[in-house]
Amino acid sequence: MAVVIQPKATSHGVGVDKSGPVRRILTFWVPMTLFVVLTLFPFYWMLVASLKPNNELYNLRVFPFWVFNPTLDHYRYLFEKTLYFRWLMNTLLVAVASTAISLAFGILAGYALARLRFWGASILGVAVFISYLVPQTLLFIPMFDVIKTLNVADTYWALILTYPTFLIPFCTWLLMGYFKSIPKELEESALIDGSSRLRAMVEIVLPLAMPGILSAGIFAFTLSWNEFIYALVFITTTPMKTLPVGVVNELIRGDVFFWGSLMAGALLGSVPVALIYSFFVEYYVAGLTAGAVKG
Amino acid sequence: MSTRVTPGIAIGARAPARRRFGDILERENSLGLILMAPAVLILFLFIAYPFFLGIWYSLVNARIGVPGEFVGLQNFIRNAGDGIFQKTLMNTFTYTIITTIFKLFLGMALALLMNQHFPLKNLVRAGLLLPWIIPTALSTLAWLWIFDSTYGIISWALKNMGLIKTNIAFLGDPTLAMGSVIAVNIWRGTPFFAISLLAALQTISQDLYEAAAIDGAGAWHRFKHITLPLMMPVLTIVTLFSIIWTFADFQLVYVLTRGGPTNSTHLLATLAYQIGMSAGELSMGAAISLWMFPFMAALVILVLWYQRRETV
Repeated sequence: MAVVIQPKATSHGVGVDKSGPVRRILTFWVPMTLFVVLTLFPFYWMLVASLKPNNELYNLRVFPFWVFNPTLDHYRYLFEKTLYFRWLMNTLLVAVASTAISLAFGILAGYALARLRFWGASILGVAVFISYLVPQTLLFIPMFDVIKTLNVADTYWALILTYPTFLIPFCTWLLMGYFKSIPKELEESALIDGSSRLRAMVEIVLPLAMPGILSAGIFAFTLSWNEFIYALVFITTTPMKTLPVGVVNELIRGDVFFWGSLMAGALLGSVPVALIYSFFVEYYVAGLTAGAVKG
Repeated sequence: MSTRVTPGIAIGARAPARRRFGDILERENSLGLILMAPAVLILFLFIAYPFFLGIWYSLVNARIGVPGEFVGLQNFIRNAGDGIFQKTLMNTFTYTIITTIFKLFLGMALALLMNQHFPLKNLVRAGLLLPWIIPTALSTLAWLWIFDSTYGIISWALKNMGLIKTNIAFLGDPTLAMGSVIAVNIWRGTPFFAISLLAALQTISQDLYEAAAIDGAGAWHRFKHITLPLMMPVLTIVTLFSIIWTFADFQLVYVLTRGGPTNSTHLLATLAYQIGMSAGELSMGAAISLWMFPFMAALVILVLWYQRRETV
């Protein structure tokens, strides 16, 4: 059976049976329910706020945990009165482009590090790993200078070029581990049959590595969708903003009664990543734990 | 090994240029470097170069629009003597240490819970990971609403239970604000620990537990002598990664307090943004960011050292 920390069993003095239901409730269901409720409450709370009409949202006498007169006004406001849709499209474009670039470069680099013996391989491997650990907040000021020098500030390129700095190391590292798990013999027999290295890679290794490529891609996509500081610093005009920055910086208005549309914007902006994640949860978890478990 | 340009013996004479290129792609040394080139180029241009540029920035007195002159370590000295900076450095450590301890324990507890059999297990697991998946800037907005000084739900609930008379200003008081920021980070980070540790738990063979149970080991002993030692590698790496990310955190504080009230909840990253970007003091901002570097470097070396030790 599975193991649980069970501090001081049956210390209630009631003599609860060791495997009894009471014990199961106390050591499993109570903590589990707490975890679930505390984890999910903020999302429920966003949903509730986004559906309430203002006279309900700002009335402290109304029971707050339920929506009595649901309305889509806040959502309508987002699409009719703000650039929300534009931000959504910006974010999608940047995320897809930077994920594609990072996957392509990550596949090449990961394959080289996993399979080929070449000069400097171990140093480059460590360098890629270190760059995975470099936080964006360490570099954003000089990076802004680079972006201005390249004359791409306030364009999609500012983000498409810089997001790979954290996506490539991740993809490379994850895929390297994946390539290593594919038996070398498959490739070697193709080479003996006269296939070129690159062809063996494309035709034999890549199809087998599809699950790894998928996890790297999903993970990279969510990382770019969620990125904040580069988008905040490198993009200055409202129509070019990405969704997280747009929602945080543009939807909080002068008057106090912006909460409905703010919550609608935050919730809706989370839906794409949540959807992708829910379809590919296994791959996502594989990607999440790749760094940790495989080392 | 022959190239596939033309079959048979007559390769060399017919297409020397193509053959030479084909050879380059067959040799591990050259092919390896060619395949690495795009990744290395991007990482060099957008990580290595900005890093050195950042060091340069920290040694001059540049502002937005003003290139500045060399001032040596003056920016760092000014930082060190500045009360807000000292407070920020303290905050960064407090924030990292407290959240890591909580995330570690809660994550471990959650992993152990999720390692059991129960109905709707997959659904629960998927749901519990949500805080980690959803853009932090957006989920933190939910907390901003929860902590709101007029309509905040915690104040509302406590008031209705008769526990308090006036609303709690969660983000208006320096200590409470820091506590709130810490709580939200724990909320967001625990799922990462839980899922990573769960993955490690699942690799432990059940036979070990059964053997130990036959030998009379209780649950606590099994945890201490089997689970914990076998999970140590993952536990260590996950913790080190989390420390690095937490130490460099930005979004959460930016959304929740912008470093306020009165600069009391800044982390190094948010202070660097405020000074370097909002106030336009590029060099001061770059210097504040660079204060992260020694701690980052130490942690990275620790990660590398640990991984090497584990794989030997």
